[in-house]
Amino acid sequence: MAPTPTWQRRLTRELKTFATNHLEGIRLLESDDLFLWKLLIEGPPGTLYAGEQFTLQFRFPADYPMTSPQVTFVGTAPIHPHIYTNGHICLNILYDHWTPALTVESVCVSIQSMLASATEKRSPVDNDIHIWRNQQNPKDTPWRFYNDAV
Amino acid sequence: MPVTDSTAFHNNDNDQLDGMDMSATGSDYDDDFLMSDPYDPEEYDGVEDDGFYDEIGGQGLFTAEGTKGLEERRPLYQVEYETHSESELVQLQKEEAAKVSGVFGIPMSHATMMLRSMKWNKERFFERFTENPEKVQLEAGIVTLEEAAQRRVTPEVKQYFADRRVRAVESNVQYPDWEELSPEAQTQRNLVEFIPDALCEICFSGDPSVPTYALPCRHRYCIDCYREYLTHKIWDEGLSARIQCPEFQCPIIVGEPVVEMLVSSADFSRYRNLLLRSYVSENDTMRWCPAPGCEYIIECHTPQSALLSTVPTVRCRCGHAFCFGCGLDDHQPCLCILARKWLKKCSDESETSTWISVNTQECPKCQAVIEKNGGCNHMTCRKCQHEFCWVCLGPWSQHGRAWYNCNRYDENASKQARSAQEKSREALTRYLHYQTRYANHERSADLDRDMYRKTERKMELMQQASSLSWIEVQFLRDAADTLIQCRMTLKWTYAFAFYLARNNMTELFEDNQRDLEMATEQLSEFLESPINPDTISTLRQQVLDKTAYVASRRKVVLEDTARGFAEDRWDFNVSLTE
Repeated sequence: MAPTPTWQRRLTRELKTFATNHLEGIRLLESDDLFLWKLLIEGPPGTLYAGEQFTLQFRFPADYPMTSPQVTFVGTAPIHPHIYTNGHICLNILYDHWTPALTVESVCVSIQSMLASATEKRSPVDNDIHIWRNQQNPKDTPWRFYNDAV
Repeated sequence: MPVTDSTAFHNNDNDQLDGMDMSATGSDYDDDFLMSDPYDPEEYDGVEDDGFYDEIGGQGLFTAEGTKGLEERRPLYQVEYETHSESELVQLQKEEAAKVSGVFGIPMSHATMMLRSMKWNKERFFERFTENPEKVQLEAGIVTLEEAAQRRVTPEVKQYFADRRVRAVESNVQYPDWEELSPEAQTQRNLVEFIPDALCEICFSGDPSVPTYALPCRHRYCIDCYREYLTHKIWDEGLSARIQCPEFQCPIIVGEPVVEMLVSSADFSRYRNLLLRSYVSENDTMRWCPAPGCEYIIECHTPQSALLSTVPTVRCRCGHAFCFGCGLDDHQPCLCILARKWLKKCSDESETSTWISVNTQECPKCQAVIEKNGGCNHMTCRKCQHEFCWVCLGPWSQHGRAWYNCNRYDENASKQARSAQEKSREALTRYLHYQTRYANHERSADLDRDMYRKTERKMELMQQASSLSWIEVQFLRDAADTLIQCRMTLKWTYAFAFYLARNNMTELFEDNQRDLEMATEQLSEFLESPINPDTISTLRQQVLDKTAYVASRRKVVLEDTARGFAEDRWDFNVSLTE
């Protein structure tokens, strides 16, 4: 017997909800492979990123939602104190604060609010060293969360 | 501080020496300054004034019972500790919970869960519980126990759990028989409900055939997801006491009864094991014995703050001696911080420093280290452009046209340059002095172990050939143990000495160190001497005497350094911080 795995049930349903619940400034680009989604995220109006568009990639592990998806910007990443120029995002809910009750939607909302609260466009202080280490998977980085303010 | 039974105090040195006590008494020592039998505890501490121990007692190292009897004779360099097995630890937890349960008049299971949520820190528990008992009870999962007790399980849920057990057998998962669960876990089933139209926020499905569960925070998930969540936390993240409700940032802990009700037998037994591990790892007074495969736990109440004046060496029931403060192998008399610095220095420098001293010189002007990799003796420093001669280190300008050979060794300018270099090399030489001796004892201990193994074999053969009994040939084992122990101590006295700033007390330390070293080498020599049946009884007596003497010298070194810390007479040439 092989019951439908949780990830499949959950991702299928999440996809469905995602299509019906229109999130302001977020659009699904592709999800042909259920494990790999690409989303278009618009810079929230009235913020430093207003008018800009970015592509966000979600790669889901087989034990999703028990473990977090791998979320990165692909193409040009926003210049932001918590976003590395290789697209890696320093956001605690993507790593050790992940819980299965979080969703693609809640991650998107967090990233939007992260963009909205930035007061200056600059890369993280340790950007160079982080890029140089060049981890493929952001989840392999031992993240330190400097502050919760931004 | 829990009361420590005086019989639980393991004095490893005494253990080892007790066996030799009889044979050592009355034997002749060729050293004249040891006037009395070193094993008589009365004699051994003869120089001590009793007031000293009282002072230590005042610092809380002794319990009321502890000041009686044996402990009064406890040498300064030894700390009080206890070894526990895992089952003893479970008992210990029960006792702690029983105390709390008695004080507050709450059920044992509640006390256990609340203590666990406070990482078994009783002070913190008392404080938080008196301040806001509702919050503590809610977060620790007590409220869920109470809620469950007020409800009844529905026949559908009952049937579901029975079916689950049967169904799981097909996929090789085993759930316990319902009757085997703890009463708390059984009542938790009362909170499991079939809710039509409920959407589980983990699997996003509203499958009405799967019941749901919610903690008092009302975050409700289907029990399949709950189980998967718990299994993930237990196996993949190694969590136990800190598993929280799956909801983002919800602080309510999923308590033991809930876990027990939801997960399989294998998951739960791993969970219990993790709980025990977290009890030890979250408790500052507990430490797992670091020996490979050893399952014992050491309890010691020497606080971290005392590590700048104590080296809390403990010996596990498995025989492994290690430092309770840092977990390294026994490094008495060297403080943890110094031992760490020393090991780091050795790993950083041991290879390099020798190479540096052989292959390089410093520029006489700017002290940049220069390696000469060929060419003539006319050196131009890359850093400061100073030109000098590699051979005499004098300035090149004075060398005139004698380009390829130098005969100016005794000229004034060259002499000055060399003496400046000597000074900068002094630090390196000093390090190498201590490092060589440290490394030497380490190597010798290995050789001694080899030697002992060979000798032991020989002794067995002799025992078969002569009238000696098994007990009588044991003296070699004791001697080898003592020898190796002394070498370990000696090794660390050199690391200690390296960091010791010279004052008028260091001489005494060095004297003690020298005496121990001499005695140790003599004992080592005895062990290497050939054994034959005619001289064995003489050798045996010599070895016994020397072993006893060496052990006593070791105690003198350790006692003096420990006393030095207590009297604050050691100064160090490095700061005692990381």
